Amino acid sequence: MTEPLLKVEGLKKYFPVRTGLLGRHTGNVKAVDDISFFVNEGETLGIVGESGCGKSTTGRMLMRLLEPTEGKVTFNGKELTNISNDEMRKARREIQMVFQDPYASLNPRHTVEKILMEPLIVHNIGDPKSRKKKVHDFLEIVGLSSYHAKRYPHQFSGGQRQRIGIARALMTNPKLIIADEPVSALDVSIQAQVLNLMQDLQKELKLTYIFIAHDLGVVRHISDRVGVMYLGKMVELATSEYLYAEPLHPYTKALLSAVPVPDPEFKREQIILEGDIPSPSNPPTGCTFHTRCPFKMDICVKEIPQLQEVKTSHFVACHLYNEQVQH
Amino acid sequence: MEERQTILEVKDLQTSFFTDDGVIPSVDHIDFHVREGEVLGIVGESGCGKSVTSLSIMGLVPSPPGKITSGQILFEGKDLTKFSEKEMRRVRGNDIAMIFQEPMTSLNPLFTIGNQLLEAITIHKKDWSKRKAKDRALEMLTLVGLPRAKELMNDYPHQLSGGMRQRVMIAMALVCDPKLLIADEPTTALDVTIQAQILKLMRELNERLNTAVILITHDLGVVAETCERVVVMYAGKVVEEGTVSTIFNNPQHPYTKGLIASVPDMRFKKQRLYSIPGSVPKPGTINQGCRFAARCEFVFGRCTEENPPLYETSDGHKTRCFLYDEKEVLADDRAVVKS
Repeated sequence: MTEPLLKVEGLKKYFPVRTGLLGRHTGNVKAVDDISFFVNEGETLGIVGESGCGKSTTGRMLMRLLEPTEGKVTFNGKELTNISNDEMRKARREIQMVFQDPYASLNPRHTVEKILMEPLIVHNIGDPKSRKKKVHDFLEIVGLSSYHAKRYPHQFSGGQRQRIGIARALMTNPKLIIADEPVSALDVSIQAQVLNLMQDLQKELKLTYIFIAHDLGVVRHISDRVGVMYLGKMVELATSEYLYAEPLHPYTKALLSAVPVPDPEFKREQIILEGDIPSPSNPPTGCTFHTRCPFKMDICVKEIPQLQEVKTSHFVACHLYNEQVQH
Repeated sequence: MEERQTILEVKDLQTSFFTDDGVIPSVDHIDFHVREGEVLGIVGESGCGKSVTSLSIMGLVPSPPGKITSGQILFEGKDLTKFSEKEMRRVRGNDIAMIFQEPMTSLNPLFTIGNQLLEAITIHKKDWSKRKAKDRALEMLTLVGLPRAKELMNDYPHQLSGGMRQRVMIAMALVCDPKLLIADEPTTALDVTIQAQILKLMRELNERLNTAVILITHDLGVVAETCERVVVMYAGKVVEEGTVSTIFNNPQHPYTKGLIASVPDMRFKKQRLYSIPGSVPKPGTINQGCRFAARCEFVFGRCTEENPPLYETSDGHKTRCFLYDEKEVLADDRAVVKS
């Protein structure tokens, strides 16, 4: 098998909790706690989970917008976690990010042309004339027109702004795009336009996506494989077909059954979880889901379940499947 | 269907905002009604006027710049638009209650939950004793599924999670036994698993207390699971109205069709999503013709010239689209022939 484009091993992010006048270090918020996965070239890996599960923190750590506490990120054969900031900046040419809020992520005082040209200047690509041409080309590619270049972000609708955000990410010809909730601020009809655009671009430019979202329908639509996160841990990882048809982890099952389906005739058994997500500053012992799990066993309170391959390419971190582990 | 009384009837309602750019009708001559104990969904994308509709019913449209410029809102036969502020205050929270999207911002951070619940009761039930009011507050907190209601009375909003806060809001809304509850995007700020809890609670309460609900949302999944009837709004107009099953199984308006087709369905993978081209027009920019004409794939000459009326295509199923005009004419012809 070929080497994956991105490999993540044992990634952790602990935010220290400081209390009192002296700011003594009294604990940690375990935002991301020991997760590992890989992304193959040309595929889309979806990461889903509810608020506070660490999915955005993961995305930011991959680009080192946040320094990981521990763990290793390897991109294209090169380790990103031990290089200098300067080298990292160069590496970001190949990894770009699209953010959730198209209103907040574009500078309101710059024209679209300036916004899109900036990455080219930072990475020292081309001369002024070719940069300008590239800006105009990419505006067309994302479905806008070159006359939009002279306008300011406030003159665009939400969907158009997200197109600009995507164009900016594409300017440096990256291999990997990390999209953090790229369509959650958009209306349904606009969301469909942006999702289709992202799929078209992937085919045309041979992009690899990490697609972070909380909407399970959207993630299923765009992803080849999906990872489900809960309280800083990856609890299940499988191809999207298997994950949605045959979820194994009790949390994934509950999550899928909770999603409202736009079909009034569709009947199913809903698993409604009791209670709220525990605080990541004081996560439950053992399996972090045991406080809400309908299948809790004694072992769940004591031992942290590891992500194991239970079926071909179907990984799950749950003690219920300990006997089925494939070696 | 069953013989249920209409409790709210919105007739020809127009709510406009007087801005520097002129008068903008955010809700433009809409009609709909809610029956006793019914759950009515109002769906639409941002800017379609669904929230302004609910604020108009509650008499909460910020004025200036907003104003109800025409129409009637009949609640149990009485026109709320004619009510004075004092009379409206008696209706609000008592006969009609509302819950909002952001449970964090609609609770006062400086007062305890008990304080805020009791306030709602004492304003409307002046003759109740303190004891009775407190018992009622506790009863409501238990009813919405909150554990340890007694201690909760002394807690402040920041001590609760988002889902719990929304439960408190529901308890507060229902504390005076309103006949109608307006829920404006009640689960949008919540996670899926918490959303499922709250929707289940709302369904149960609707059955148990027989409170009619207007559920305003942009999420078609939520509508399919919770509502009996649906009103679809686009750019300030009602474009389609019908029961949940007719709207989802037999949508007629091109906008409704497009909207349903553009939702990614978790149950199966489509190769490509349908998407409606273009974007929602700015309010006030289209004054002539159908407001969806510029994005519609079935557009023809008449669409840009005339304003389509609501055609009733079958019993209780109405569509604002000229494509259904002929049927209407045919039905009329048949009626003439019969008589």
